[in-house]
Amino acid sequence: MDHLDQLEQQSVYIFREAFRHFERLCMLWSIGKDSTVMLWLARKAFFGHVPFPLVHVDTSYKLPEMIAYRDKLAFEYKLQMVVGQNKQALDEGDTFPIKLSKNPGMSKEEQAINRTKCCGRLKADALGATLHGTGVRMRMNLVTGKYEIDPDKEPYTGVIVGARADEEGSRSKERYFSPRDKHDNWDVGDQPPEFWNQFKTDFAPGTHVRIHPLLDWTELNIWEYIKRESIPTVSLYYDQGEGTRYRSLGCGPCQAPIKSTSKNVDDIIAELKSGALRNVAERSGRLQDGKHGLEELRRKGYM
Amino acid sequence: MNVVIVGHVDHGKSTVVGRLLADTDALPQGKLDAVRKECERTGKPFEYAFLLDALEDEQDQGITIDTARCFFKSSKRDYIIIDAPGHIEFLKNMISGAARAEAAVLVIDAKEGVRENSRRHGYILSMLGIRQVVVCVNKMDLVGYDQKHFETIEKEYRGFLESIGAVSPRQFIPISAIEGENLARHDAKKTPWYKGPTLLDVLDTLPKAPPKIDQPLRMPVQAVYKFTKQGDDRRIVAGRIEAGRVKVGDKIVFSPSNKVTTIRSIEGFNTAPRTEIEAGWSTGFTLSEEIYITRGEVMSHVAKSPLVGTRLRVNMIWLSKKPFVSGRDYKLKLGTSAMPVRIHKIQKVIDASEAGSTLEKDHVGRHDVADLVLETRQPIAFDLTADCEATGRFVIVDEYDVAGGGIITGVVTDDLGDLRAEARTRDFNWVPGGVTAENRATRYGHRSALVMFVGKAGVGKHQLARAVEKALFDAGRAAYMLDGKNVLLGVDHDLWVDAAQSELVRRFGEVVHLLLNAGLIVVSTTNAIGLADASAVQSLIPDAPLILVEVGEGSGQACDLLVGEHEPEAEVVAKIAALLDKRQITDRLN
Ligand SMILES: Nc1nc2c(ncn2[C@@H]2O[C@H](COP(=O)(O)OP(=O)(O)O)[C@@H](O)[C@H]2O)c(=O)[nH]1
Repeated sequence: MDHLDQLEQQSVYIFREAFRHFERLCMLWSIGKDSTVMLWLARKAFFGHVPFPLVHVDTSYKLPEMIAYRDKLAFEYKLQMVVGQNKQALDEGDTFPIKLSKNPGMSKEEQAINRTKCCGRLKADALGATLHGTGVRMRMNLVTGKYEIDPDKEPYTGVIVGARADEEGSRSKERYFSPRDKHDNWDVGDQPPEFWNQFKTDFAPGTHVRIHPLLDWTELNIWEYIKRESIPTVSLYYDQGEGTRYRSLGCGPCQAPIKSTSKNVDDIIAELKSGALRNVAERSGRLQDGKHGLEELRRKGYM
Repeated sequence: MNVVIVGHVDHGKSTVVGRLLADTDALPQGKLDAVRKECERTGKPFEYAFLLDALEDEQDQGITIDTARCFFKSSKRDYIIIDAPGHIEFLKNMISGAARAEAAVLVIDAKEGVRENSRRHGYILSMLGIRQVVVCVNKMDLVGYDQKHFETIEKEYRGFLESIGAVSPRQFIPISAIEGENLARHDAKKTPWYKGPTLLDVLDTLPKAPPKIDQPLRMPVQAVYKFTKQGDDRRIVAGRIEAGRVKVGDKIVFSPSNKVTTIRSIEGFNTAPRTEIEAGWSTGFTLSEEIYITRGEVMSHVAKSPLVGTRLRVNMIWLSKKPFVSGRDYKLKLGTSAMPVRIHKIQKVIDASEAGSTLEKDHVGRHDVADLVLETRQPIAFDLTADCEATGRFVIVDEYDVAGGGIITGVVTDDLGDLRAEARTRDFNWVPGGVTAENRATRYGHRSALVMFVGKAGVGKHQLARAVEKALFDAGRAAYMLDGKNVLLGVDHDLWVDAAQSELVRRFGEVVHLLLNAGLIVVSTTNAIGLADASAVQSLIPDAPLILVEVGEGSGQACDLLVGEHEPEAEVVAKIAALLDKRQITDRLN
């Protein structure tokens, strides 16, 4: 058993515990490399099946390739694909790109504030509403491949999320099973103990639990696993000849590619092993993070 | 390798971690300088601990409140360092960090010496099963790198660990985290008298725990899957093999139900087909017979099966603000099983902060460590922690949260131990016919079960039992009424009038067992065998559902259904039919 096997087996165990204990279980799928590895691990855990819905929050600013890839995989794997969106914010034009277009002279600080706000509305709020069932959920019809309004409005009580401890500071404090209170808040200072593989699977009405099967994985592990299992990924991760690629996927207007000539999975693994990216935070291309931006978004329930 | 750093608050854990990261070049470029500059700017003295403080709260409070993970590499391997908080308030966080570690570094302040949490943490490491411990006596710079000083602390702490029966540490190292002495390098000018390895050297030589392949097979059942809707007809028993190995064709047993069968196939997704699998794998099997088993049972080979019982002698720690008290039910989680549990007896509550002293208490309070006997409501399969860790440890849930956890050190016999042993030997050696339980279930449309009417003489049990038998039979079920009187007339004919009640119960139970084996729903009624005997009967039919119906005013003891003396027959019949459905006897989901 090598290290990747060990990570895989622990993740599978976590998936099965989650499926057993949460009748209202779903998994967040951001289309990125981590949650796609999660999707694969779910199929490992359930012998080729994914017995719970996948939830994607569509900010409308995702690159078209991501959406195409999402729908292709969902259709192929026969996934219960649920999509949520903050329609109101989009209709009101309350987004960073629209505000910036109206006020092109916006200062860097103002930009940063507006980016975080935009994330708050398009991601955190939309996610909350989708999870609680208060917002409209669209579900893929697996015959036609089209999205239809999901009649199911019940809240989810178990939410599987692809957080990794090595991503950035606040994530290193997560548990495998991490409770969120009625307001989706994460009380970092007062988390329940996690003995061995006995997780927090009992929860009070109105609260929910976030489940983190990838907690122990590193970015390198993710890529090594993608290679080993031949998991399909979006082409945005690879240099298409311009000497840049995305390392972490977000919304078009708020992400910058990194300089890299990695053209395929092998190149990326070599690049990560070489230490060339060591001094660049993985999410450095994600412009909304800021100093405590992500931590704040997390408290609010975003990922 | 996962390494946890523990120790009393302020003894220098974060500094050790920060310094290790700096000395092994694991920090992003410029990070160290940035933190130093920030300290200069704000006029705070520089601390290596600042490097680790990623969270606002933590910086505000100035103490590590949760386990944080950092990654670094030596020339030999990769490490994940878990920095566990030393403050007593955050003991549950320390445990969460330590529970997933393979080795521990325990830091003791040379100047302050061994303190309350130095001991408590030592105790907990031992209880959590962490066998590789390195003790660093830190801040040696403050005591002039004095050898005597170091040796005194080593002697005291070794003594403490011995007194609680903990594994003795691999190494004691005199260090100064601030000056970097004996962390990644040794400076002969500072500790010329220390000839041992540096911390990094010791870490590099710690062996990875060998997988538990050579131990007896243990796989707690996590779930039984059948994805029929997705067009998949496999019925897969899934779980992680915690110890041992198993092959296709092996005869295996599930405890505590005693069901015996063989492995037909090993299942997986996107993996090469296999005929053998071992400890560490979260896998799944199809079985040669579609036996009915549930989550929580433990799969093993017949020869080396786990213990089954209700009374567990344990060592545990309690973390919840509300104490662990007698006379109340809690939830026990052990392996993949969960069931009601209560305190049977408190042997002693140990003051973990003081070497070896015990407290006179009738409850287990927050942060107490205790030696006690727990009693589960139903028999459970388990091992002593010395024999198999994964099935030899448990947690206790109070309301919604894990409130405590511990290890099983012994088993205490209860009154039913003999009957349970009889059933196990019987079931393990049972000679099956050519028709399986699943064949019968398919033919009859239900599993076998026992509906047991109890209550005082003359309350109408017999009449009700007849009605239930008739109703089930008319609904197409294979039901049979067993009146205890008939067992007395024949099977018990050789017994004297004053025969022990236990023998009457045993014979009754064995007769029921045979009828259940024939696939029937047995509806029993008898004056000879009462509510108090129900668990003895259940011990003899560990794999069968038992529905206990008390007729009359009710004795206050637990039962599945209490029926008033004059309740209309039809209502009782309907209630029992509903219970049979609910227990998936007549309405089977898989
Ligand atoms: N003189 C001296 N001080 C130290 C040493 N290691 C840590 N300290 C100081 O002890 C205090 C507590 O250290 P910290 O790492 O925060 O302790 P923790 O609570 O165990 O994580 C800080 O002020 C450190 O600067 C050492 O080797 N020598």
